[in-house]
Order: sequence, then C-alpha cells, then structure tokens
Amino acid sequence: MKIAVTSQGDTLDSQIDPRFGRAAFILVVDTETLEFEAFDNNENKNAFKGAGIQAAAMINDKEAKVLLTGFCGPNAFKTLEAAGVKVANDQSGRIIDVVQKFKQGNVIFADGANKDSHW
Amino acid sequence: MIISVASGKGGTGKTTVSTNLARSIDQKVQVFDCDVEEPDSHLFLNPVIEKKESVIAPVPEIDLEKCSFCKKCMNICRFGAIAVLKKDVLCFENLCHSCGGCFEVCPENAVMEKERSLGEVEHGSSNGISFIHGRLDISQVMVPPIIKKIRSYTNPDIVTIIDAPPGTSCPVIAAMNKADFILLVTEPTPFGLHDLKLAVETVRILGIPHGLVINRAGLGNDDVKIYSEKENLPILMEIPFDKKIAKIYSKGQMVVEQLPEYKEKFQNLFNKISQLVEKGRQEK
Repeated sequence: MKIAVTSQGDTLDSQIDPRFGRAAFILVVDTETLEFEAFDNNENKNAFKGAGIQAAAMINDKEAKVLLTGFCGPNAFKTLEAAGVKVANDQSGRIIDVVQKFKQGNVIFADGANKDSHW
Repeated sequence: MIISVASGKGGTGKTTVSTNLARSIDQKVQVFDCDVEEPDSHLFLNPVIEKKESVIAPVPEIDLEKCSFCKKCMNICRFGAIAVLKKDVLCFENLCHSCGGCFEVCPENAVMEKERSLGEVEHGSSNGISFIHGRLDISQVMVPPIIKKIRSYTNPDIVTIIDAPPGTSCPVIAAMNKADFILLVTEPTPFGLHDLKLAVETVRILGIPHGLVINRAGLGNDDVKIYSEKENLPILMEIPFDKKIAKIYSKGQMVVEQLPEYKEKFQNLFNKISQLVEKGRQEK
C-alpha cells in the first residue's frame, strides 16, 4: 500500500514536516517494501493560495491512500476526503518511525481538519 | 470632479476628512465609501438607505460528464482553487478570483459559470448628499469588483468623494484609479510616515495630482513635514490633536456641525484641491 508522508527532507530518516500544504517534501512510501519516492513540494510551498488543495491533488495523483502529517486544514481535508485518502494528523518524529507506527496500526485517522484555513 | 481620500496607514482620519469635506462644500456631492471590508462613513452621515443590490462574480462548476480530467483548469488557476482528482473535480469558491482562466482553457467545454455573491452595495441619501457604500460578504476576499460597482454610479456633473480603504493593494488602486485628485490623510507619527511614503509612491505611479492632510497635528514629530517638503507634497490642511474632536468623533457626530469654524477650513481645503486639479489639467 502507498502512503504519503510530509517530510522536511528527502529520505526516510528525515523528520516529519508538520505542515501539509507547505511541506518541504512529500514522500510516497510503499509500506510493504519501504521503497519510496520523494516529491519536492517547493511549488506548493511558495504558492500564494490553495497550497493544501494542490498538495492533496498531487497525493491523489500518486495513488497514495493514506496521509501522515502534522496539521491539515479544511480545504485540504475536503480534497483528500473526496479523493478517498485517509488522514492521520499530529504526527511527529522520523519518517521511518511514523511509517512503522502506521504499519502496526497505531495511528488514529482524523474525521476533520485540525487547523483553520489561512487567509 | 472625483476626489479619492486615501492614507496608506489605517485609522488616520480618511472617513473624518471625507464626510466633513462632503458636508462643508456648497456643491452637489456624492460620497462613496469604498472601504467595503469595514465601511464606516454611514456612521457619521446617517444616510437613509433606499436601495440594495448584490454584487456577483462567476465561479467555475465542472460538468463531470464532459470533463476529461486533463487538469488544464487546475494548472492555470493562480489561486489553487481547483483540485482535479481521479474521478472528481473540486472547486473552492472562496479562493476563486473569477479571472475566467479555467473557462477559457477547458478543451471539453466542461467548466460552467456559476454565480456567487461577493457583497452588496447600498444606495441612500443624507441631507442632500447622495451616498453609496459597499459591504463585502463574510468569507469573501474579492474587494475590487464591489468598488468598481460603487464607482459605476459616478455622476460626472457633481463632486464625488471616495473614502478609500487603507493600504496600497488592489482595493486601494480600485478606489484611486481615474480620480482627479488624491487626498492623502496621515498622522505625524513614524508609522503614519512609513505608510504615507508607500501611498505616495503608489499615487505617483498612477500619475494623479495629490496633496496631504495632517490629522492629529501636534502629536509625534516633524518628520512628516520634513518629508513632504523634500518631496514637494503640498500640505493642504492640518487638523489638530484635540480632545474635542476625538469626543465628537467617538459619538458619531460631524466635526463641522459641532465646531462650525471647521466648515470654512474644509471649504478652504476643497478650494485648494480644485486649484490643484485645475493646475494639473493645464499642465497636461
């Protein structure tokens, strides 16, 4: 299964980036093989508006079914929900540890945004 | 003649100057409160509102039967307001600036125009002053279309006084553009001066004759005066930092009605503006 994780760097040893839409990188990880692709999120990071929405569309594009992140706003959550991507907020630490935690079934999926939208 | 009253910094006295100027001149006048995020001229003019109309703008709605999910609409959207998913397309109305790009680029004709309300415009009158102001809807951010709607009611045969929003961004440009004169209201504080400089730079790009009112004169320091001298910026009026004026303002009353000696001062201000406008026309 492919899952997306927001990351401060482009390796599994990197720390989670707490921001979703404006994360430095988004890693799409295969939970079976731990193979991953790191996507530079620079364009969204500097977006004027709608960063979360565009990052959510990207995750849908890469066919990830789960997102592990720190904070997810309402527009991003709505887009992820429409794309059928489950979201676990409030994650922190190394990417690899969070992925293991997910594999062990130790993350709680959100039923809404945990952050207000930006203006 | 269109006089736009602007400032840079907020809270310097744009509304005080606009409303008292309108009340003082012996000519037919219309007041447009274009600070549609927080209009307040009505608090002083107390107009009787006779008509309301809503301001609408198009937003996209996607016909999923026609859509080929090519993402052209998503990619052209500068505001990230469209998300093209595998089998669905989401449009976020509140982020949309109604630029029309998505309608243009869609190869399938799948982007339909839906209307949304941005705000409303109210028309009224107050003791002979014709009054119009706008009010932005809660959660909306697109201000210029409302200002343009207000300004579409400009009567070229009478004096129009525009109470502009603070700042120097798009709403301010919409409230200053094509005015005959821009009256900048500042206060003699470092913050007032900082934002005045930005406002002056903006006005110079627009190429419109302009002058300065110093409100709360006596407060702060002389830096605004030094700046205006250096920049050849005429100081047309000074309103002193006076507790009497603050009290009148706080009760929603007009300075020119409570302190009649100010009527002449505002008439003088209007005369100076008229002369500068005339001078500007001759120079062209």
